[in-house]
Amino acid sequence: MVLEPSSSLSPPVAPPPRLELRAIDKRFPGCHANRAVSLTLQAGEIHALLGENGAGKSTLVKIVYGIQRADSGTILWDGQPVRIHSPAEARRLGIGMVFQHFSLFDSLTVVENIALGIGWKKPLAELASRVEEISRRYGLPLDPLRTVHDLSVGERQRVEICRCLLQDPRLIIMDEPTSVLTPQEVTVLFSTLRLLRDEGRTILYISHKLEEIRALCSAATVLRAGQVVSQCDPRQETAQSLAQMMIGAELKAVQRTQASCVGEDRLVVDGLHLSPSQPFGITLDGVSLTVRAGEIVGIAGVAGNGQNELLAALSGEQLSPRAEAVRIDGQPVGLLGARARRDLGMAFVPEERLGRGAVPDLSLADNALLSGYGRQALVRRGLIHFGLVNAYADRIIDMFSVITHGRRAEARSLSGGNLQKFIIGREILQKPGLLVCAQPTWGVDAGAAAAIHQALIGLREQGAAVLVVSQDLDELFTIADRIAVICQGRLSETHPVHETTVEQVGMLMGGLFETPEQPEGVHTHGL
Amino acid sequence: MAFKLEARGASSRRWVYGAPVLAVLLTLVFGGILFALLGFEPLAALYTFFISPLNSAYGVAELLVKAAPLALCAVGLALGFRGNVWNIGAEGQLTMGAVTGGGVALALGDSGAGWWVLPLVMMAGMAGGMLWGMIPAWLKTRFHASEILVSLMLTYVADLFLSMMVHGPWRDPDGYGFPQSPMFGDAATLPILWAGTRLHLGVLLALLAVAVGWFVIARTFIGFQIKVMGLTPVAGGYAGFSHKRIIWMSFLLSGALAGLAGVCEVAGPIGQLQPVISPGYGFTAIIVAFLGRLHPVGILLASLLMALSYLGGEAVQISMRLPLAVTGVFQGMLLFFLLACDVLIRYRLRWLSSVREAG
Repeated sequence: MVLEPSSSLSPPVAPPPRLELRAIDKRFPGCHANRAVSLTLQAGEIHALLGENGAGKSTLVKIVYGIQRADSGTILWDGQPVRIHSPAEARRLGIGMVFQHFSLFDSLTVVENIALGIGWKKPLAELASRVEEISRRYGLPLDPLRTVHDLSVGERQRVEICRCLLQDPRLIIMDEPTSVLTPQEVTVLFSTLRLLRDEGRTILYISHKLEEIRALCSAATVLRAGQVVSQCDPRQETAQSLAQMMIGAELKAVQRTQASCVGEDRLVVDGLHLSPSQPFGITLDGVSLTVRAGEIVGIAGVAGNGQNELLAALSGEQLSPRAEAVRIDGQPVGLLGARARRDLGMAFVPEERLGRGAVPDLSLADNALLSGYGRQALVRRGLIHFGLVNAYADRIIDMFSVITHGRRAEARSLSGGNLQKFIIGREILQKPGLLVCAQPTWGVDAGAAAAIHQALIGLREQGAAVLVVSQDLDELFTIADRIAVICQGRLSETHPVHETTVEQVGMLMGGLFETPEQPEGVHTHGL
Repeated sequence: MAFKLEARGASSRRWVYGAPVLAVLLTLVFGGILFALLGFEPLAALYTFFISPLNSAYGVAELLVKAAPLALCAVGLALGFRGNVWNIGAEGQLTMGAVTGGGVALALGDSGAGWWVLPLVMMAGMAGGMLWGMIPAWLKTRFHASEILVSLMLTYVADLFLSMMVHGPWRDPDGYGFPQSPMFGDAATLPILWAGTRLHLGVLLALLAVAVGWFVIARTFIGFQIKVMGLTPVAGGYAGFSHKRIIWMSFLLSGALAGLAGVCEVAGPIGQLQPVISPGYGFTAIIVAFLGRLHPVGILLASLLMALSYLGGEAVQISMRLPLAVTGVFQGMLLFFLLACDVLIRYRLRWLSSVREAG
C-alpha cells in the first residue's frame, strides 16, 4: 500500500468535520480532568491543543486515542458517532499518535521496532523498503537497519512518526513533539507536518510553546483547568495573548540586570572523563567548565547527551576519578560525596523533583530538613531541632509563595510548579555560593516559571555562581549570561549569550562542535 | 459478588491502623472455622486459646515474659525495615547474644558476685548479637551480597554453634550427660520483679528499648535518614546520606537488641544455656514488626498479641491435645491476613454493580 492521497483525503466538499468531540467529561479521584470539552478538527488542518500542565490536554487525547474512556460525551468521526475502546480501534479508524516518550526497544533495529509496533507479518525487507520510501517522501531521513540504541532522540522520534505514517492515518496526534529536538530538527519536523497537512491529513498538535504554535497551526483550542477557555486562530494572536488565555492572568516579565561584577571562579570542572555507571549511559569526554561568582551559566542540549551524568558528577552522587576534576572555590572535591560538597557551599536542584529532590510521602517540613540539615544547622548532636525545621519550612513557603495548606502537607500533594518553587527556595535560602540547577522550569506553569527565573537571577545578583542545565533554549536565553552545549558527553566552549544566536546553539546541539563559529555556517543545515 | 480494587488518591490513614484490627478479626473467624473442622466447639476453643491463658496472675506474667524478647527483636528489626534493610536473622543474633552473654556468665561462675556482673553479661549479649549482625552488613556493603539470605543462613550457623558449645566445652559435668550448661550464678541472673511468677528485669529492658526505639525514629537525624532511605533511596543519595551507613546502623542496632533478647532469655527464665533457647522469637518478631506498623508503640501491642499466640498454643495443646503447630498456624494466618488487608491502605473496594459503564 502506497501512501497516495486517496479521494477521501482530498479537501472535503461538504465537510463533516474529521473529528468532533461533544461535551467530553472525565473525572479522576480528586480531579475533574475534562469538563464538557468540545472540539472540532477539520480535514487538512494543524490544530493546536494548548494548555498548561494539568489543564487536561493529555486526558483528552488519551480519550481520542482509546487509552481512556470518557465518563460522558460523544465522539463523531467523519460525522458518525463512534466508541473508541482501545488504541487498536483508534488506529483502525485512522487515528495515529506520536507520544512524547518513545516506546522503542534499544537493542533492535529500526525496522524490527516498526514491525513489532504494527504487527508486520511479511518479510522485513519489504517493510524496510516501505520505511525508506516514507522517509524519503516526508523528509524523515532514517536508515531502517540501524540499531535504535545508536540513534539520536530526533531520529528516534522519526521512527515513531514513520511507524505512525505506515498505517496511513487521517488524524495524527502529536504530544509535545519539539521538546526533545534541536531548533534545526524542529524546522525539519515542521516541513514534514506541513506536507502531511497538504495531503489532507489532520494534525492535533499539543504544545505549550507559543511561538511554534503561531508559526505552524491555523486553529487552536485552549484548555484551562479541564475547560475550553478559547478557540482561536493563533496566527491572529500574540504569544502574550495566548499565554494569557492559557494561565488566565497577566504574565510578569522577568527583570534582569547586566552582570555587575563577575567574581572569582566558584565551580571549575577540569577535563572530566567519566564512564557511565549504567548501561546505555553516556561517557563524559573531557568536560571542562568554569562558573564564576555573579553569573549564570547555561548548559543547553538535547536530553540524553550526558546531562544526567554531568549533574551526578557535580552533585557528588557520582564520584569522579580524580579529585582535581571538580573544584569548588579552588578546593578539589571530585572524590567527596554530596554531603561534603553541600558543606562547601554547593546547593543542588535535581531534574526529578518528586523522588530525588523531595520524598513524596514526607511532609514539607521533613523535606526542608532533607537538604537543609547542614547549612541551616537543623541538627544538633544527632537530634533534629524541630522548631528550627518548622521555621525554615515556613520561611520557604512564605518567601517563595508556595501554594499549599502548610508545612505538614506531603510533598506529593503539591503541583509540579509549587513543589519546584519549594525545592528551589529550599536550596536558595541556604545561601549557597554555588547553585547547580537542572531543568528549573520543566513542566512548570508559566507563572511559577517566571518566579523561579526571578529567584535564580536574584541569587546571581547576590554574588552566587549559578549553573543551569536545561533543554529549553528560551529559558537559557532569558536568564543565562554565558551558554554552553552538551552533546554526546562533550561540552562546547561557553559563549556570552548576547554574542550568540538560537541557531548557533542549535548547531552545537546537533553535535557540530568542530565548526568554527562563523555566522555563515548557520544556513548549512536545514534552514 | 464481583468487586474491583480502585486506587485511592492518597493512602488511607484510617486503614493504616484499621488493617491490623481487621486482620486479627479475620484470624479469629478462620481460627474458629479451623477448630470447628477439627471437631471442636469453635467459641470454646477460641476461649481456650485466647482468654484462658490470662485467667491467672501467673498467666499475665508469662505473657509479658514471652512478649519481652519479641518486642526487643522487633524494635530493632523495624528500624532496619524502615530503611529497606532486611535483617531476617534476628533469631541467629538472639542465639549468639545468648552464647556470648551466657559464656561470660559461665566464665564468672559463682566467683564474681559484684553488682557489675549482670551489666557485663547483658553487654556481652548485645555485643554478640551485634557481631553476628556485622557479618551480613559487611558482606552487603562490601560485596552487595543479599542481606536477606546471609542473615537468614547465619541463624543456622548460630544454632549449630550453640549446640556445639553445650554438647562440648560448656556441658555441665554434673548434668547427667544432658547437653546443657550449669545454671548461672545468682549475680548473673536477672532479678524476679513479681514474686511467684517468672516476670524478670528483661521485661523492663524491653519497655526501655521500645522507648529508645521511638526516640531514635522520631527525634534523631539517623532515624530520619533511615526513613528517607526506606521511602526514596534516590532522594537520600541526593541529600548526601550514606546508604552503607544506614545498613551498618540498622544491623548494629537490631543485632544488639536481638542479642539482648537472647541473653535475657538465658539469664532470665531459662537460667542456663540449652541447645534451643528460643521458640522462634526472632522470626516471629518479623510479624510483630509489621503488625505493629514498624512503630514502637504498635510493636508493643503486637508483641503482646503474638506472645498470647504462644501461650494459647500451649493451652490448646494441654487441654485439647492439639499439636503445638497450632501456634504457627495462627501466626501464619495473622501475617497472611495483615498483608492482604494492607491492600486497603492504597486501594478501596468498589462493588461492580454500583459502577456505571461509560463509553
